[in-house]
Amino acid sequence: MSKNQWIGRLPIVHQLRQSVGMQRGMLIAGLVITGVFVLTAILAPWIAPYGFAQLRDENGNFGSQQPPSAEHLLGTTVGGYDVLSRVIWGAQTALLVIIVAVALSIVLGVLLGLISGYLGGWLDRVLVVIADAIYAFPSLLLAIVAAIIISGGQSSLWGGIFAAAISITVVFVPQYFRVIRAEAVRIKAEPYVEAAKVIGSSSWRIMIKHVLRNSTRTLPLIFTLNASEAILTLAGLGFLGFGIEPTSAAEWGYDLNKALSDVTSGIWWTSVFPGLGIVLSVLGVTLIGESLNDLADPRLRARKRASTVTSQAAAAPVVQPGGPASGIEAITEVGR
Amino acid sequence: MSDTITADGKSAVAEKPRARKSGSGTLWRYLLIRFLLIFPTVFILVTMVFLLMRVIGDPITASQGGRLSPDQLQVLIHEAGYDRPILVQYFEYLGQIFTGNFGTTISDNQPVIQVLLTYGGATLELAFYALIVAFIIGIPLGMLAAYLRDRWGDAVLRVFAILAYATPVFFAGLLFKLIFSVWLGALPVSGRASPRIATQLSRIDGGTGIYLIDALRTGDWAIISDVLMHAVLPGLTLGLLTAGVFLRLVRTNTIQTFSMDYVDAARSRGVGEYRLMRKHAYKPALIPIITVIGLQIALLLGGAVLTETTFEWKGLGFQLAQYLAARDFIAVQGIVALLAVIVAVTNFIVDVIAALIDPRVRY
Repeated sequence: MSKNQWIGRLPIVHQLRQSVGMQRGMLIAGLVITGVFVLTAILAPWIAPYGFAQLRDENGNFGSQQPPSAEHLLGTTVGGYDVLSRVIWGAQTALLVIIVAVALSIVLGVLLGLISGYLGGWLDRVLVVIADAIYAFPSLLLAIVAAIIISGGQSSLWGGIFAAAISITVVFVPQYFRVIRAEAVRIKAEPYVEAAKVIGSSSWRIMIKHVLRNSTRTLPLIFTLNASEAILTLAGLGFLGFGIEPTSAAEWGYDLNKALSDVTSGIWWTSVFPGLGIVLSVLGVTLIGESLNDLADPRLRARKRASTVTSQAAAAPVVQPGGPASGIEAITEVGR
Repeated sequence: MSDTITADGKSAVAEKPRARKSGSGTLWRYLLIRFLLIFPTVFILVTMVFLLMRVIGDPITASQGGRLSPDQLQVLIHEAGYDRPILVQYFEYLGQIFTGNFGTTISDNQPVIQVLLTYGGATLELAFYALIVAFIIGIPLGMLAAYLRDRWGDAVLRVFAILAYATPVFFAGLLFKLIFSVWLGALPVSGRASPRIATQLSRIDGGTGIYLIDALRTGDWAIISDVLMHAVLPGLTLGLLTAGVFLRLVRTNTIQTFSMDYVDAARSRGVGEYRLMRKHAYKPALIPIITVIGLQIALLLGGAVLTETTFEWKGLGFQLAQYLAARDFIAVQGIVALLAVIVAVTNFIVDVIAALIDPRVRY
């Protein structure tokens, strides 16, 4: 396989080449917004005019609820922090939580899904029932319960990030589990798995070499969906007071909670900007996810006009047999 | 799709496609199995919540720690029985839940069931408004997007749907509040009714707790309009979230239905596009909506907690946030367990409706 071909098969690159027209526009818009979000998060220490917990500089205190001005481009919060700085630092917190949450849930979900789907038996049934039970439950409530246990409500930067990430993981593991399990069940009936069994490969080897490698095609899609949900869950937790303390890190949901009473008196800058931070970051990631989903389903893919569709490598996503549901909805559908 | 018998019998049991028999026997069998599934679901969630909440220690220390001396705490813990082995407590808890006792809150000493009865109506009312908004906005726009597929109108509608999902309900609520209540002054800022009318409604004999019903029963137009005015923003806020989901779902399914052979057949007979939508694509595209409404209930409940907090809508979610702030974890545990039962039962009802409407669901 030549190098060029290999690059063409990378998740995003492949879809970018495959896409046309409006779908390409959506994908590119998503990639750009997400790029800005990631860059902001990484470069926060250099971009942000002040620290996220800074209350004063050489000119004295910032003051509370100051409207936007030259010193504070987006004004200050009720607690006397600089809004712009907290919005920028908030991107970093969100990114860290996404990384930790998604990494944890992928590892756990994929492992459990593989074992459950490939080995089957009573363990499989029990895990499926548990996953369905968790899945049907309001994820925010579950995350709240998890957050109470992990942090008791308040925490340092890393404590808070892990608390939020693990709370989100509890909600996400069932999703990865279900998708990977479904794939594993399908793949284990394939002839090449039979062949591997015949030549005496161990179960572990088959699971890793054959089943896992062939069941990862839907992961980029779920990854983007979960990344956006992670941001929303983190913000929801913060809004209900289970976020990270303002002195440990900046968190958009927490800032919105503090801005709740400002709105009534017409102070808009404390809520609008952190809110926009959430909306834009979720929007970027979701646009990518939607595009990937469309491109993966031949029925939804916009047709190339004159030229022929060059590659059909991306197979249909997790469409449930018997019902017309797209990939996203199939994931959000209770399995029976 | 033809009936397929998988070579591996075991996987066929766990997987969806099973030999589809005709007749009503399968329906009853499906309903029975689906009904029995409620119990493990509730059991698992309740167990999980119980175990997770006990990991942090006893609820008395959580809510009163720091305020009382260790000795006083010890007495309270002993009285409440939290110093007994965890298994004993667990079985007692299960037994209580089985008899409908979800515990008593620590902060205001109320049975959790009473909290549900007092505040559940408000949440139900909010969810009702939200679903109406979602249906009115989501379904027609989803069909329009499918009709305008891959054109500009479609792009705009899809971005709207994604925005509806990407905007956290509390931020949407804050924005609406800012625009419609503070800047335009057209709608009330928060609450379920003006204070005077709220007291008036609470005095009604046999009040349902659902303000809309109570207001309609008074027949007083001033009261009805006040209640409705208060409902606009919260209903819109929570409804938009679900509307986005509906829009995407209806769009996808309408597009897929339009590529079915029978639609092609109708089109080749010269049936117009509008009639195709009305007569052929409409119903099959709506069936998945029914199946996902079960999940929307979970989403709505989660969203209700945030919406109610934003608008001080005194429902179950608002109350839950209050108990969270007060670190009253017995109340939280009780409400969450209760919601688990509600979610499981509503999911069952939705599945039954889906099975009655769509024969493909009964497997």
